[in-house]
Amino acid sequence: MSKRSVADLKIGERATIESFNNQLMSLKLLEMGCLPGAEVCLHSKAPLGDPICLNVAGYCLAMRKSEAATILIDN
Amino acid sequence: MKSSPTIALVGNPNAGKSSLFNQLTGLRQKTGNFPGVTMDKKSGTWPIDAQYTATVIDLPGVYSIYPKSLDEQIVTDILANPAHPDYPDVSVVVVDASNLHRNLLLFTQVADLGVPTVLALNMLDVAHQQSKVVNSVRLAMSLGVPVVRINARTGEGVDLLKKAVLGQIQEPVLPGKLFFDPADEASGLIADTKTQYKLTNNYLALQYIIQHDGFSFLNQPQRKALDVIIQKHQFSETTFQAGETITRYKRIAAIVTEVVSDQRPANQPTWSQKLDRVLLHPVWGYAIFGFVLLLIFQAIFAWAQPFMDAIDSGVAWLNGQLKESLPAGPLTDLLTDGVLAGLGGILVFIPQIAFLFLLIALLEESGYMSRVMVIMDRIMRKFGLNGRSVVPLISGVACAVPAIMATRSIGTRRDRLITILVTPLMSCSARLPIYTILIALVVPSTRILGVFNLQGLALMGLYLLGLVSALLAAYVLKVLLRTKERGYFIMELPTFKLPRWNHVGLTVWESVRSFVWEAGRVILAISIVLWVVASYGPGNDMEEAEARVKQQNPTAASDALQDRIASERLEASYAGNFGHFIEPVIRPLGYDWKIGIALLSSFAAREVFVGTMSTIYSIGSGADEEGVTIRERLRQERNPETGEAMYTPALAWSLLIFYVFAMMCMSTLAATQRETKTWKWPAVQLVYMMALAYVTAFATYQLLK
Repeated sequence: MSKRSVADLKIGERATIESFNNQLMSLKLLEMGCLPGAEVCLHSKAPLGDPICLNVAGYCLAMRKSEAATILIDN
Repeated sequence: MKSSPTIALVGNPNAGKSSLFNQLTGLRQKTGNFPGVTMDKKSGTWPIDAQYTATVIDLPGVYSIYPKSLDEQIVTDILANPAHPDYPDVSVVVVDASNLHRNLLLFTQVADLGVPTVLALNMLDVAHQQSKVVNSVRLAMSLGVPVVRINARTGEGVDLLKKAVLGQIQEPVLPGKLFFDPADEASGLIADTKTQYKLTNNYLALQYIIQHDGFSFLNQPQRKALDVIIQKHQFSETTFQAGETITRYKRIAAIVTEVVSDQRPANQPTWSQKLDRVLLHPVWGYAIFGFVLLLIFQAIFAWAQPFMDAIDSGVAWLNGQLKESLPAGPLTDLLTDGVLAGLGGILVFIPQIAFLFLLIALLEESGYMSRVMVIMDRIMRKFGLNGRSVVPLISGVACAVPAIMATRSIGTRRDRLITILVTPLMSCSARLPIYTILIALVVPSTRILGVFNLQGLALMGLYLLGLVSALLAAYVLKVLLRTKERGYFIMELPTFKLPRWNHVGLTVWESVRSFVWEAGRVILAISIVLWVVASYGPGNDMEEAEARVKQQNPTAASDALQDRIASERLEASYAGNFGHFIEPVIRPLGYDWKIGIALLSSFAAREVFVGTMSTIYSIGSGADEEGVTIRERLRQERNPETGEAMYTPALAWSLLIFYVFAMMCMSTLAATQRETKTWKWPAVQLVYMMALAYVTAFATYQLLK
């Protein structure tokens, strides 16, 4: 099974960011505080399941599922 | 030291920058609650003491000095270019104490660029609610710059900020060493860049390398030279930039653990997050948004009506007064039928624009607008748009000009371009009077199922047609404008806040003022030109026409005779000649030369249409209920060939459809040109919308005929 990403999280589930699989996207995400080792929690999803809202670094960050899929997490 | 230093306010979106700006300058302006509201350069004066009066510049909110969208570029352009006229003597970095990590990232970058910096620690009350205690003395020691505790909303701490800024002006204190020194990793590259551009700062040298395509102050040969350096050192910008962010966060984490005590675990649901569960709910989320939209439409169409009527009758009254008190003659006519009629056409839209921007400002201030972007992103994406396109599209219902300016916060270039191109398809308030008059002419005012007024339904249908065609046009553009650029939507959801009424009031005032000023000048100019071309004709054609009418109808009643004369004179005027000239082109749509004049005159601003129609059908003088009168007059108009009513449903619908699609607004084209920086896109916009209008109006007329 391939690596899980933030896009696979269920509502309320927590995980730790491990790495990214898209370098350009990772620049934006890193700046917003999505760092390897940081804990994320899926807080809610927009209707239709996309975009999703994460709790990360003490605030709420919305992003598309395709962007969340570039954030790989620890199993 | 100069006595008028420049102070730049820098900070994350929603950190309280604009509130602080208001506190310092007293120049009231707006703070938004969703990322990217402060767009244009805002500056004001701040009297620090008897000796110094500073110019304060409020820069757009950014998360880092690497820009993600057009409005963010300016921050880097100023801070990385000491030769820039707005380059600050001191930059005040406003920091949200409840989210120190993310806010300090930007701070360390600004400090590393070598600008003397003061850190303004804001939102300590929010941090306190989250049981975080920030030790600002320790923070100042670890960062090596003055730290001031402020409350930007109340103005607490501004005096201390004054002292700190003054200190930085007189004897700048800079951190001893860079928070992130790029020479640690890439010493050769940094050394080469510094030599070539005579730089002293390692981090600035890195910015030259990474942002060499973005910096507006570098020219083409300089960019090429930087490419050479990058090649020589086999430098990978993205890898390095990612490394920079991680290194900075590591340093910041070490500092924050030292200065913040009692850190609460990050993921507790707060009341704001509980509210989000409802607002982002699959059913309730859309239901609430639908209700909010309904409210906006209700405000524009129902609540604004009494105010519009009042303005309308006020202008009519003034017009009548002037006509009575001034001596009759061409100058009086120009003033009343030309200038005042034109002005009235502008002023009447003020209530609608004010209501729309009042509601939009409330939604932005409260933080709800970001939630709307989240729930709409998925749907908008299907059409090549972006969640952030929602605000321009809604604003487009009032006026496309501010709507197009609101697209600057869209980071993806293609998404932004598509939003700009399709926004004018949303039926703006200038189309409303055209819709109202023509619908009243051909749709009976009967009720269906007891509640729905048929005319109201027709009006709603036209608005929906505008929305649907905007989405379809976006879809077509998405297919046509293939791009390698990857669209993205990463956005902070700010906590909900109570709106600040002074900010809301200022937004409304600003939008009304710019509408009256920007659109007003164009409309005024056109109405004067129109009056001239309708009042004068080639040679003495007009006098001959008048004499002919008098000769043909020696016995007609004086009122009817005057109407006939006015109409014949118009046909002989320059405007009439124009109308006849283009008649062959518009004949397939069902229009005659009179409508041709109205089309031509409204080419630059569609709101002129109704005014022109009243001029053409020589009414309006002394008529206090203009709308009713022009409707009656149009109803009586006969087709000279068939002798039947001129305004058949086929013709009226053809005109309605034409105005839904036609790009008849110079101000919008000018806005598109300003925002895209080329003439190509306004030209594309003009051609595609006009073609759409012509084809659909043609089809409508031919089908209904």
